[in-house]
Amino acid sequence: MKALAARRHHRLAPVVLLLLALLATGGVYALLAPSPASADSANVQDIETGKKLFQANCATCHGINAEGSDGVPSLVGVGAAAVDFQVSTGRMPMQMNGPQAIEKPAQFDAEQTAQLAAYVASLGDGPAVPTADQVDPSQGDPASGAAIFRTNCAMCHNAVGAGGALSEGKFAPSLMHTSATNIYQAMLTGPQSMPVFNDANVTPEEKRDVIAYLMEQREGSAGGLTLGGLGPVSEGLWVWVVGLGLLVGAAVWIGAKSS
Amino acid sequence: MSDNQHSTDLTTPGASQEVFADPGMPEHKHRRADHEPAADKRAELQVVVLFVISILGTIGSLIAYFAFRPDGTTDGTRFSTLTLGLGMAFALLGIGLAAVHWAKTLMSDTEVSEERHAQRSPDEVREVAVQKLQDGVKDSGIGRRGVLKGAALSALALFPLTIAVPLVSSVGNDWNVGKFRHTRWEKGMRLATDPTGRPIKAADVTIGSVFHVIPDVSEEERTSHEWITEKAKAVVLLIRLDPRDIESDQSPKGQTWSHEGIVAFSKICTHVGCPVALYEQQTHHLLCPCHQSTFDVANGAKVVFGPAHRPLPQLPITVDDEGYLVAQDDFDQPVGPSYWERLK
Repeated sequence: MKALAARRHHRLAPVVLLLLALLATGGVYALLAPSPASADSANVQDIETGKKLFQANCATCHGINAEGSDGVPSLVGVGAAAVDFQVSTGRMPMQMNGPQAIEKPAQFDAEQTAQLAAYVASLGDGPAVPTADQVDPSQGDPASGAAIFRTNCAMCHNAVGAGGALSEGKFAPSLMHTSATNIYQAMLTGPQSMPVFNDANVTPEEKRDVIAYLMEQREGSAGGLTLGGLGPVSEGLWVWVVGLGLLVGAAVWIGAKSS
Repeated sequence: MSDNQHSTDLTTPGASQEVFADPGMPEHKHRRADHEPAADKRAELQVVVLFVISILGTIGSLIAYFAFRPDGTTDGTRFSTLTLGLGMAFALLGIGLAAVHWAKTLMSDTEVSEERHAQRSPDEVREVAVQKLQDGVKDSGIGRRGVLKGAALSALALFPLTIAVPLVSSVGNDWNVGKFRHTRWEKGMRLATDPTGRPIKAADVTIGSVFHVIPDVSEEERTSHEWITEKAKAVVLLIRLDPRDIESDQSPKGQTWSHEGIVAFSKICTHVGCPVALYEQQTHHLLCPCHQSTFDVANGAKVVFGPAHRPLPQLPITVDDEGYLVAQDDFDQPVGPSYWERLK
């Protein structure tokens, strides 16, 4: 109700019209400004549509101008990459409050996601959605990616990207089905508990190497069944239940009398 | 002598005989293969089939070795090992199952019991043994040749040093236990990314960023054998927080160990030395993957959960003229878990 009232108020206020005009000019400036990646698809029309989508779906929590509030981050300056990551993986709009926003089927199609991203990007400079070249695993070096991943990522996401637990119900998700673009965006923007790995820390080439390494893990292990890549947990379960079960069965059979 | 009679002989004369009557062996049941020729034939055939499975497994394994060489791809390697392993599994399992089945169905299965020997040797054997020992001692003259006894004992006691000295020495390499208190960090040394070794500019560390940091040493040192030991002590986690979120750090009065919200802490857990690196950006908590010790980065890496006892030592940092992050000094205390020489 409150949000509804606020919206009506804004629609009627000429000040907001002025603000809109300012935002639109700001958006146009952002397009022409030396940030080529954000300029490729965004136009004024997209920003306008994105703004409408934002006000209908996101403004309840993030505020009518994406300014955020208590416990809800401001989206000014988070960039198109953050929006694309959160919306295309279905994490946003958030289903309910919890330890962390979880992945679910995306609520918006690719076009709407791009429009939302264009709108948020128009609010302030931020990382742009990576190009297809930037996330192409075939151009990356998996060996270098493995070294980067081991140092920077494996402690939370597991050595092969199978994911792992954090504190109080939070967790680092498995990367086995995450798209290359989303992996890149996550490193760039640091969603939720994840820290940011900007281009000075892990360069764009190294990010692509990491993607190449992760894509290679999806082919499975040359050693056979990976059992989820979870190491001693699943391997132990297998050995103690299946392995020991077979041995007990064999011992019973050997000890039983023949009829 | 039948087994049943034999087992009744085992009962010792005395009180126990009156309390418990030895039930003896259960009556022997004959198997079908013992008296039905058809069952006997069938069991034999089963054993033969099991051995044949083993032979086929061996042949299959050999065929797999030559036919499916690993071609360098993941799938190729996996298929090669799978077929080799399956062949071996059937080869060994066939032999094992056949042997057990053979013993169970075809070999004699009448129950047999054997008496154990008494544990104590007969008295005459014991006397002979003691006598031999005494003769030996007397013959060696160890009682009256005192110097010889001393020399022999010294030789035996000293020998373990050949193993112990290199072993203990290699822990500290050059007997300098003080090295445990220091790391490679020194005044003015730049902070560099791990593993690539790029020096880090303060401006590049954006809020919410985490850098895994090593000392900026020469390429030559970074590829040397000793480096791995140095790195293991010197690794640092560099985090930039919103300065408003920082409640405290470990800077002593009058000094600033952090730089505009950038803090650097040793990555070696003060519990048992695992690399503490699971950083939750929103809570500013740093988790150790081994025993879930949790440190509050916004509050001087104070322990907020888990078995660790001390905060992670903070590396005092500042920026140099070119804007690169540099260490003000080494850590002010030994990194990692407590040890005997630790003063703090």
